[in-house]
Amino acid sequence: MIKFILRRLVLLVPVFVGLTLLVFTISHILPGDPVKLAAGPQATAEEIASLTREFGMDRPLPQQYWHYATGLLQGDWGQSVLTRRPVAADLKIYLPATLELVFAAILLAILIGIPAGLLSAITANRWPDYLTRILSLASIAMPRFFLALVLQLVFAMSLAWLPLNGRFPIIDLPPPTVTGMLTIDSLLAGDWLAFTTSCEHLLMPALAMSLSPLATITRMMRASTLDVLQQDYVLTERALGLSQSLIILKYVLRNAFSSTLTVIGLYIGWLLSGSVLVETVFDWPGIGLYATKAIVTQDFMPVMGVTLSIGFIFVLVNLVIDLLYGVISPKVRYQ
Amino acid sequence: MSLPVAAPPSRWQNWQRSLYRFRQSGLSIAGLCIVLVLLVIAIGGSWIVPFPDHISGGINTAARFKPPSSLYWFGTNELGQDVFTLVMAGARVSLIAGFGVVMIAAILGGLIGALAGYAGGWIDDVLMRLTDLMLTLPSLILAMAIAAALGAGLDNMVFAISMSWWPGFARLVRGEVIAKKEDLFVQAARALGASDSRILFRHVLPNVMSPVIIKMSLDMGFAILAVAALGFIGIGVKPPTPEWGSLLSLARGYLPDYWWTAIFPGLAIFFAVLGFNLLGDGLRDLFDPKARR
Repeated sequence: MIKFILRRLVLLVPVFVGLTLLVFTISHILPGDPVKLAAGPQATAEEIASLTREFGMDRPLPQQYWHYATGLLQGDWGQSVLTRRPVAADLKIYLPATLELVFAAILLAILIGIPAGLLSAITANRWPDYLTRILSLASIAMPRFFLALVLQLVFAMSLAWLPLNGRFPIIDLPPPTVTGMLTIDSLLAGDWLAFTTSCEHLLMPALAMSLSPLATITRMMRASTLDVLQQDYVLTERALGLSQSLIILKYVLRNAFSSTLTVIGLYIGWLLSGSVLVETVFDWPGIGLYATKAIVTQDFMPVMGVTLSIGFIFVLVNLVIDLLYGVISPKVRYQ
Repeated sequence: MSLPVAAPPSRWQNWQRSLYRFRQSGLSIAGLCIVLVLLVIAIGGSWIVPFPDHISGGINTAARFKPPSSLYWFGTNELGQDVFTLVMAGARVSLIAGFGVVMIAAILGGLIGALAGYAGGWIDDVLMRLTDLMLTLPSLILAMAIAAALGAGLDNMVFAISMSWWPGFARLVRGEVIAKKEDLFVQAARALGASDSRILFRHVLPNVMSPVIIKMSLDMGFAILAVAALGFIGIGVKPPTPEWGSLLSLARGYLPDYWWTAIFPGLAIFFAVLGFNLLGDGLRDLFDPKARR
């Protein structure tokens, strides 16, 4: 097991190097001059030249890459041309907000998806099953940004049950930063009011994000439950007089975990990237909104930082999930 | 006396059986109907909409923000333009853009995958590692960055999205080519002295087309969604081009009072994606019985 983990970790090195090389190459073959844009329309040629020198963009590309890659190792993710702020410091603020959103979305997807899939399988080809299947087909086709707007329209604007946007009221005092995720930080601080406030802000964006993984989990749960219920060993257990609920607890749910893990692995990168849309609607100060602002101004470094951090997280999460498969399923052996 | 042996079903019988299954599946038929309606609307264009001049940016300030009525079915927007007309016109933009994305992605990904699978060795290694790396990058952010750098315009947006879309096709085609390249008919062509490019393009690739076409139809809905997403963020298509995502984005500012400006473009995206997804599922069952569950 430890040998397996070590080997996988060593294999991550070329992946990370490849990722940085790819992101660096893409951002440098794209047209557009961020320095010129940042300097403003009135900038003279000398001003642009001095800015270009300041950001090291006058050096040959391999040298620029080397500088960037060695900087990454030392925690220097470059600097925004526009705001002059270091990208690493920005990511430290914005990444936890997006991660909180993604985790909440996945949690919702699991909490609703597993029971819904189970219900669908148990009532196969009867109306609860049809209803669940139609809803999950619709969920996959539903644009997240449209659902987000509809949720805002109904629950914030019309009913006024939930806050319209943002992460935390500006006038209130947020909990002291530990993880950067407000829900967890407020729990750590024992601040119940801050916890409920941040949950209220989190609910609608998380729901809008959870739709697609929710539909996938429901469908996979339905399929795997139907599959397990037809197995010989389940038939034997049933013949021995085991109740349906015990069979579901003992076999179905255990199998459900591995398929749910697969979905999480598939969706984590997708959700991190897709957070752009939901964050735009809800004005959620995460990396999606941060990347959008940088993209519009063609500010390379923040975009590269966001892209790389999502890539790294995606690769790492999938490694963890590969390891977890073995923990929950004795069928999986590490080689 | 020999017993009569049932002949294996002919290709035609298999096809008929699949078609029967397709017809039996209500959802596939629903998908087909939605897609056909979309096609008619997209082809009909300015001939079938009530206010053709609104498509090209014509405004009517006297009729701003009229709620849905018998004259303006979906109401009017901040410029007095008929929302129904704009939504109908958006069908053409979305279909062309979505088709463009899957087409470019299929051709580019297909060529990369075919080359990797057919050549094998280090070429395969290099191309597939590149494909895997591309898959780990956040596709939406990548498409946004490329589209923003290239500048506004539908063609730039389509190009940008397909640049993040091809890896899926590359992996699919590579697998299929590897499976097919050792087949007897390929060996026969090689024995007859056919060149590598002739074997690849005349013998192998035509035989891996059906999974590619299925993937194209399955991806079409998501491509339309990606186009709308970029339009919604405000990167790519700019007004007055009636693109569903940008219509929805403009309407955000007029909620909740003028809800119809947002709801109808949003529903149009939803139904278009749903239609293509259902049709894609049906086609997959039709052409690929193994994938049926």
